[in-house]
Amino acid sequence: MATGLQFAGELTMADLKGKVDPDWCPGCGDFGVLAAVQKALVELRIPTHNVVTISGIGCSSNLPGYINTYGMHTLHGRALAVATGLKLANHELTVLVTGGDGDGFGIGGNHFVHSMRRNVDLLYIVMDNQIYGLTTGQTSPTSRVGMKTKSMPFGNIEAPINPISLALAAGATFVARGFSGEQKHLTELIKQGIQHKGFSFLDVFSPCVTYNHDNTYQWFRPRVKKLEDDPAYDSSEWTAAMEKSRLWGDEIPIGKFFERTDLPTLHGAEPVLNQGPLVHCDPRVPPDVARSFIEELM
Amino acid sequence: MKQTFAIAIGGAAGQGVATPGDIFAKIFSRRGLNLNAYNAYQSIIRGGHTLLTIRTGREKVTNMGDRIDLLIPLNQDTMDRHLKLLTGGAACIYNADTIKPGSAADGVQLCPLPVSELVDIKRNKVAQNTLAIGAGLHMMGIGFQALEEVLQEQFRKKGDVVVAENIGVARAGYDYAAARFTAFPNPLPKTDNRYAILSGNAAMAMGGAAAGVKFYCAYPMSPSTGVLHWMAAHARKAGIMVRQVEDEIGVINMAIGAAHAGVRAMCATSGGGFALMSEGLGMSAMIETPVVVINCQRAGPSTGVPTKTEQGDLWQMLGAAFGDYPRVIAAPLDIGDCFKLIPEIFNIADRFQCPGLVLCDLLLSEGRLSVHPKELNFSPPIDRGELIITNGTSPEGVANGGYKRYKITDSGISPRAIPGVPGHIHTVATDEHMENGVLISDEFTNPVKRRAMMEKRMRKVAGIESAVPRPVLLGKRDAEVTLIGWGSTKGVIEESCEILNEHGISANQLQIRWLVPLHGEAILDILKDSRHTIIVENNYSGQFARYLRSETSFVPNGHIRKYDGEPFMPHHIVEAVKEQLAGKTKLSVPMHEITV
Repeated sequence: MATGLQFAGELTMADLKGKVDPDWCPGCGDFGVLAAVQKALVELRIPTHNVVTISGIGCSSNLPGYINTYGMHTLHGRALAVATGLKLANHELTVLVTGGDGDGFGIGGNHFVHSMRRNVDLLYIVMDNQIYGLTTGQTSPTSRVGMKTKSMPFGNIEAPINPISLALAAGATFVARGFSGEQKHLTELIKQGIQHKGFSFLDVFSPCVTYNHDNTYQWFRPRVKKLEDDPAYDSSEWTAAMEKSRLWGDEIPIGKFFERTDLPTLHGAEPVLNQGPLVHCDPRVPPDVARSFIEELM
Repeated sequence: MKQTFAIAIGGAAGQGVATPGDIFAKIFSRRGLNLNAYNAYQSIIRGGHTLLTIRTGREKVTNMGDRIDLLIPLNQDTMDRHLKLLTGGAACIYNADTIKPGSAADGVQLCPLPVSELVDIKRNKVAQNTLAIGAGLHMMGIGFQALEEVLQEQFRKKGDVVVAENIGVARAGYDYAAARFTAFPNPLPKTDNRYAILSGNAAMAMGGAAAGVKFYCAYPMSPSTGVLHWMAAHARKAGIMVRQVEDEIGVINMAIGAAHAGVRAMCATSGGGFALMSEGLGMSAMIETPVVVINCQRAGPSTGVPTKTEQGDLWQMLGAAFGDYPRVIAAPLDIGDCFKLIPEIFNIADRFQCPGLVLCDLLLSEGRLSVHPKELNFSPPIDRGELIITNGTSPEGVANGGYKRYKITDSGISPRAIPGVPGHIHTVATDEHMENGVLISDEFTNPVKRRAMMEKRMRKVAGIESAVPRPVLLGKRDAEVTLIGWGSTKGVIEESCEILNEHGISANQLQIRWLVPLHGEAILDILKDSRHTIIVENNYSGQFARYLRSETSFVPNGHIRKYDGEPFMPHHIVEAVKEQLAGKTKLSVPMHEITV
């Protein structure tokens, strides 16, 4: 989403530090995601006042408070809707949306699907820990079948959704998966997601060390395989991406599954924005246009 | 009594009721007459019964009135349903080939048109409609040229042959009426005025454009969809971003996102969609990002009667979203006011950084009214409040890095910087927060700070109160009866008061436009001199009566309520006032005589 991207002078990690330190549990995967986001912004040298980080509600949705950009900590599940409105009103801003799997795939599932088909120009990072953390450990839309939680003490009987397949089916133009335990790789994916013009979806395995004892760092580490390590893999092939997205078990792919750059973004497709961001436009209807509106009714 | 003339055109949806309606409306408007149109219809796209009433006159016409002067039934069903409504002096024009009249009251003129004798119905399927328009026009004493002009415009796109054909048919009806039917005793007057005719939905959309709205989004829901349609059709000319969203939850959140970026954002829905927006309104209040939401009420609860009117959402609006927060709620008084109110409520919402709610209803949203073009002012005052849109407009900016989005002030208003302005970086949060935006909901929970922030936000209420005008009494102060209404009932109550005064019962009116803040003391000050007070409202439980009592302890002498889905007609109110003054009842629920 490189619109209006201006380069700042040298940025450091200290410039990206928020007003307070995260209050996540020690060892939480979200620390790694926050650091990767900050590192990506430092490396891309985007002026911090031109970045808006928008989240919903949940542990991971506290992230905007920990980063020195404009931020909105909105309602549970609604971050993408808020972000769409904000981006359309000022498309020169770089918009990052962050949240968890319950926020994005559960309560916010409707907005998730529609934001992708609209190709809203933003990067959506889901810190996917396959559990509800802030409500102290219930089943999430990505919890595996059989997983025992406080809300399903005898084991989950509902199949999890596959966020990557869903994103591909819904028309996201950039689809990737990262792992909080792979910092450099994750930072690279975030940079690509920010620079992509259109909806960038980045699902990140971000282990919950307190409530999810199934999908731990130790569980993920031997399983994750970088798509970038396979020279034959072509991320412009939607069908291949869909096939890869079905892999789960001993081998779980991470990296960029898919990207296409030939589709217009939502703001790019709307001629009303040809005059520049709405926020900079004169609010008054020109007198001749106003007259024509009244004439129609006479 | 007001000199007015009312035409009712009825038929099956899809049978072409709207076109004769539009043609009559144009002709009346070009004669410099006022008009009010109300379409009673059903939630069926094709085949449902619909009855369009157009009432016109030299003076302002504020409601559908009590009397139908000319009925044009386009099918037997309409004849069977509505002929009985006609009284002496009225007329009914119908297709004698297909419709049988039934028995009419004394003095009603039945005007059968032998349609197949007059025109070739195989060539022109809506010939009966055009014939009836021609015949009706003659009976109203209007020259044929007026109709010829409108038909030319109406059918221009279809080519000269179609234009000539329709003019020919209309002429046949006009001449037939001249030869066979008795014209109405008073020909329709003519004035030099020119009016715009518009619906409340178009008026609110245009009011939004005039207020500088740059972002409008909605999910289709009757009867609010007309706002979306106007916005969508005019978006590019007006420079407004218009989006159709996946649901009303998305709508309110998207609007707030746009508003947060710094533009004026608006959305409209009906009761069901408004219910979904509730949580979002709380966010607007908590992060102090203003947004304007219109609720076009329809008959509830639940899906209710989507094509019928009601004033049944007041308590939903009063209680929307949990927790205490400052809000503004206003109900437009008529279709002209639908336009005027939007810039006003935006100024209040912007100044006080809170949600502004407009409580409209189907009666205004889908009704049509003639409005003087001067009332459609596209240059109203625009007050964005304390908005920081460039660096340097705030002394607390980049220089000392001390910008606090939620700075505690005497007014409760904290200067609002929009994203993109250097030196003012901050995060807003729906969690409770400190002056600098940092949460005090978890790690830094602090009762003292929480109290300070609650009080800061709620201090805005006093400012809002002084920014909103007090209600005024219409009519003589010492009247025998005071009718109290709110929002869309203004016109019908006004006319009821005129009729009551003519009947020797002096009546005055208190009409509430601003519901929150209510100005309870000003209302009590007005009502303390009233001799007999009656609250008139379009709902079952007396929602406004209960609200007024909760705010002021005021209890009226009586109530007039209606919850059958249709609006009040003047005689409903007049008769109810008489029975209440005679001590027969304290609660009147008038029966609606027109069944659609």
